[in-house]
Amino acid sequence: MMKIALLIKQVPDTRTVRMDEKTGTVVRDGNEAIVNPLDLYALKAALDLKAAQPGTTVTAISMGPPNAEKALKEALALGADDALLICDRAAAGSDTKATATILTAALNASGPFDLVLTGERATDGDTGQVGPEIAAAAGFGLITFANSVTATAGGIEVERKTENEVERWKVELPALVSVTKAVGEVGLPTLKGKMVARRRVVPVKNTTELGLAPGNIGLEGSPTRVVRIFRPSITRNGIKLQIFDEASLESAVDVLASFVKGEEKA
Amino acid sequence: MKLCIIAEVYAHRLLPISFELLTRALRLMPGQIGALVLSDGLETGELDKLVACGADEVVSYEASWLGTFRPEPYGAALVETVRQFQPEIVLGGATSTGRSWLPYAAMLMRTGLTADCTELAIDQATGLLLQTRPAIGGNIMATIKTPNHRPQMATVRPRSTPPAKPTPGRKGTIHRLAPPSEWNHSHSLLLSTVPVDESQELSAAKKVVVVGRGIKKPENLPMVRELASLLGAALGATREVVDRGWLPYSCQIGLSGRTVTPELYIGLGVSGAIQHLAGMQTAKRIVAVNTDKEAQLFSLADLAIVGNVMDVVPALNAKLRQGGAL
Repeated sequence: MMKIALLIKQVPDTRTVRMDEKTGTVVRDGNEAIVNPLDLYALKAALDLKAAQPGTTVTAISMGPPNAEKALKEALALGADDALLICDRAAAGSDTKATATILTAALNASGPFDLVLTGERATDGDTGQVGPEIAAAAGFGLITFANSVTATAGGIEVERKTENEVERWKVELPALVSVTKAVGEVGLPTLKGKMVARRRVVPVKNTTELGLAPGNIGLEGSPTRVVRIFRPSITRNGIKLQIFDEASLESAVDVLASFVKGEEKA
Repeated sequence: MKLCIIAEVYAHRLLPISFELLTRALRLMPGQIGALVLSDGLETGELDKLVACGADEVVSYEASWLGTFRPEPYGAALVETVRQFQPEIVLGGATSTGRSWLPYAAMLMRTGLTADCTELAIDQATGLLLQTRPAIGGNIMATIKTPNHRPQMATVRPRSTPPAKPTPGRKGTIHRLAPPSEWNHSHSLLLSTVPVDESQELSAAKKVVVVGRGIKKPENLPMVRELASLLGAALGATREVVDRGWLPYSCQIGLSGRTVTPELYIGLGVSGAIQHLAGMQTAKRIVAVNTDKEAQLFSLADLAIVGNVMDVVPALNAKLRQGGAL
């Protein structure tokens, strides 16, 4: 029986994200916010552990703007037991260290938890740093890139994949584990799940309630500073061939064939 | 040392990322480069290779219990190295080890870390490390500084630079240090390992054929596989193709997949989202085939063909079959 925390993030759908060409910033309007798809694997791992060990509970925790409540309701609809939203303007501008500091305080405030599950990274920031930073701040064990997580008598067993090998670990709790796609898909919420989630009120806490000092969070608590944002320009001046009929196809394929054989330097 | 790179070891040998990090370090702070190496023993001459390739000072901790990455002992070793040698900058690889070790240690030292930098430079005015990385799914680039915290830490993608070349007779200092047994405490106990030989093939391939959403349906994959086999190329894919389940994640090239630096890259129906370009823009020669003449990959291509992949590939296969093996 474990008390599991699931960390989820609401992200812009990077596949449809539009950029303002002039300012180089993201156009937020009309761009659907979604649950970070990689966090749903962590939810799947949490629900599997709960199914295997009755009495295990799953608390979904997110830090974000008020409408990040939607992401938490999605987790509730899919089977999480509880949710907590950390919402505070003072948290704006937090880098990964400040974010990890805030989430560690949230875990302490609503815990103690035996196991913290995360996705391997969020698709907007793409850093994957917050999980390991929380483990260090909280003094938890840490396993990243887990393909499977199973409960055992004294803790958990985890399979972790690296570039070189598949490792099997026995991990003492409390621990933070980030999971990969390999744990499987969580599926869709049931109608009942959706209805229950809609009626739930998601508790919201601010950073003062978590006992955080302003100097440790937000911009002030962030060691890193974004000093410049730009659109990448990476242009080569190559040959361009247009195919519009049989003859142009044939000549393009001739050029292509010699190019791929290395006979022609463009 | 002013800059410390995090070398990585597998099976008692240094991994290529160690020498790629030296290439980065030599561009930033030549003459002031350190390297940290944790291992359960190394083949003879491995540490000398780091010196030959640009390290001025090597710090090596060896113990049977340092053979596999565990956050607590590895974190302690990096914290101690920073305390003792006071580097301004720490650079690691964005490998499964680096992506876990560096953020864990950065938090222990209460400093910042920038992941997956594609460019690193020193700001002439302030001497600070300028850390540039793709952001927001690769739609923009952000340059980041760590003004007031030390060390300034960053990871870079494996294979994003060539490894540094050895200079025979180059001199440096090697510190072989005994790790204190207090470091050998961890929540994690390794039960077993099985080596994997998964498509390192793709990362190491000289030629890659990459499919994007423009191939329309998985039924079009066999002709692409044939092309790859005729060329002796590895098969890669964009995130859209992998998300649709047409090819496995091990084929994914880009910010959230693998980075490749092949001699020849052929993009078939690849639009060229920046998230994908981040994983292939260092390819030596680039071919793009796409019906959309505005496709972003065209701006990078040495040979751009505006046309239908399903016309071009069968015709090219026929031509290559005729021409015999390459």
